[in-house]
Amino acid sequence: MAKKIRILIAKPGLDGHDRGAKVVARGLRDAGFEVIYTGLHQTPEMIVRTAIQEDVDAIGLSILSGAHMTLFSEVRRLLKENNAEEIHLFGGGIIPDEDKEKLYQMGIGKLFGPGTAIAEIVDYLNQIFKAKEK
Amino acid sequence: MEKEFETISGIPLKLFYTPEDLKDFVYEEKLGTPGEYPFTRGIRHTMYRGRLWTMRQFSGFGTAKDTNKRYKFLLAHGETGLSVAFDFPTLYGRDSDDPLSKGEVGVCGVAISSLADMETLFEGIPLDKVSTSMTINGPAAVLWAFYIVTAEKQGVKPDQLRGTIQNDILKEYIAQKSWLFPPEPSLRIITDIMEFGSKYVPKWNTISISGYHIREAGSTAVQELAFTLMDGFTYVEEGIKRGLDVDSFAPRLSFFFDSHLDFFEEIAKFRAARRIWAREMKNTYQAKKKESLLLRFHTQTAGCTLTAQQPENNIVRTAFQALQAVLGGTQSLHTNSMDETWALPTEKAVLIALRTQQLLAYETGVPNVIDPLAGSYYVEYLTNRLEEEAYKYFAKIRELGGMVKAIEMGYPQKEIAEAAYRYQKAVEEKKKFIIGVNEFTLTDEKLEIPILKIDPRVEEEQRERLVDLRKKRDNNQVSKTLKELKGIAQSKENIMPPILECVRAYCTLGEICGTLKEVFGEYRETPIF
Repeated sequence: MAKKIRILIAKPGLDGHDRGAKVVARGLRDAGFEVIYTGLHQTPEMIVRTAIQEDVDAIGLSILSGAHMTLFSEVRRLLKENNAEEIHLFGGGIIPDEDKEKLYQMGIGKLFGPGTAIAEIVDYLNQIFKAKEK
Repeated sequence: MEKEFETISGIPLKLFYTPEDLKDFVYEEKLGTPGEYPFTRGIRHTMYRGRLWTMRQFSGFGTAKDTNKRYKFLLAHGETGLSVAFDFPTLYGRDSDDPLSKGEVGVCGVAISSLADMETLFEGIPLDKVSTSMTINGPAAVLWAFYIVTAEKQGVKPDQLRGTIQNDILKEYIAQKSWLFPPEPSLRIITDIMEFGSKYVPKWNTISISGYHIREAGSTAVQELAFTLMDGFTYVEEGIKRGLDVDSFAPRLSFFFDSHLDFFEEIAKFRAARRIWAREMKNTYQAKKKESLLLRFHTQTAGCTLTAQQPENNIVRTAFQALQAVLGGTQSLHTNSMDETWALPTEKAVLIALRTQQLLAYETGVPNVIDPLAGSYYVEYLTNRLEEEAYKYFAKIRELGGMVKAIEMGYPQKEIAEAAYRYQKAVEEKKKFIIGVNEFTLTDEKLEIPILKIDPRVEEEQRERLVDLRKKRDNNQVSKTLKELKGIAQSKENIMPPILECVRAYCTLGEICGTLKEVFGEYRETPIF
């Protein structure tokens, strides 16, 4: 049997809006992923450390505070610094299209906005990891 | 699709309602005259004929200077009260130059790190003339002190000040998550604030017991009603435990509710809330003054119901929700702007939101007659049902040992997370429609409305202002007042006077909260999903 895909759902910074992160964490778990949720107020250092320790396949950052440009870049930089770039970084929250474009250019995975169905996230992750197997 | 007819809280609905559904209904007991016990129909004899609700738009972004300009704009267009939205660092008692503040300064609200920022925020706005609501919880005592001293500098005395600090820490642990200290010291500070307020700032609402954030985190209407009132009872019990006379502080407790999608259920919720509060204050807590029995509340339309897709539709959603709040007898109202799923609102968007309230107030005729839905079989049935369901939650929470224990066990948090997940599933299974999201969608939709951008220079400017402040102030006075604060925090004395001294010496928010954290420690949550 194939190893289950492990996902870290993380809330960086001071943002307290955790409804989306928790709903997504639960939805991914129900869809068969192994899910770890960091809880609130994580620094990028804490998130990357947890991701490495827990040997996750992907990190999903949830940011609704407008601090996405700072926080995504920082997590990305720390993954590189720790030779952990194989961990797939994606996310969700309130992120304007032009910022999304900039983040995609930096190599960040898909960013899901408000109104996303959990099934879309499940499909996306399955595709990413199926492609990686090949 | 098989359609189930029920409210958002899951109360099953009949096709229509009749006198059979209100068999034991006694008018005087259940409703009474508006302005009389049990206040189901409203807290005032004349309601909106006497005075319209306060039009209060929650607002704050960038620097104090940027927000000051927005306040003047809103007041010039007929807004009647101010409401301050702080950025995340401020909500957590951290200065703009704290390492954890990186990227968040002035983004979700205005950055206020010291008295100097507060002075700028209200520059040219006479504080004896406006009422100001401040959404601040963990560090509420400090921000309130900033406000009191700013007024002092304008020559306005504390007993002339009108406004509200949210100061409702229980719902922070439950839903909004901007906490500082653990529950016990937090409740001590809140009780200090209630005591200080009743003596020196008598027109100030010292707590705004909030269901809004509970609802936005995904609760049902029943949960919002039950958890909020239970939080309220907990504060009343803390005050009584301190030895305060319930009538000395209860009149200054106010409430804050969400106005969500289910039109009649929301109206029933507001009516049930008034009735329950009046009954419990009178019978359980033995309040004697009429003012202690009144559930006065602010309402905000439901941010979580707005959609990023086809954002103009949000104007219509908000208008329905505003109508619910007014039919429910609210004392003040914030209407959301159409662009708020994307960012803080632009001037144009917020003006439409304010105009929505003005249309309701001056064109529709709705405010002319009090509680016009009273006597509707359906609305009275729902009001009764919401009340019954709330009492079931009260019993459950009492069984767990009260609200603080329940929170420590994660009970309300779990109930809300469950409800949020159920709602998401209902949307994905199309049992619930969200126009523009899972039904009536547009293909290749492009965002066509402008979005407010916060200049990244705000963060730099704030840092520079703080460096400058720390250089200019009398730093001996800073250490002296912080040391005194620490001593009082360790004692049982009221914490407000030493905080005011720190503020007068221009200690920063982070310095004051840092000192208190040394004494009280910091709260940590066990995450559940």
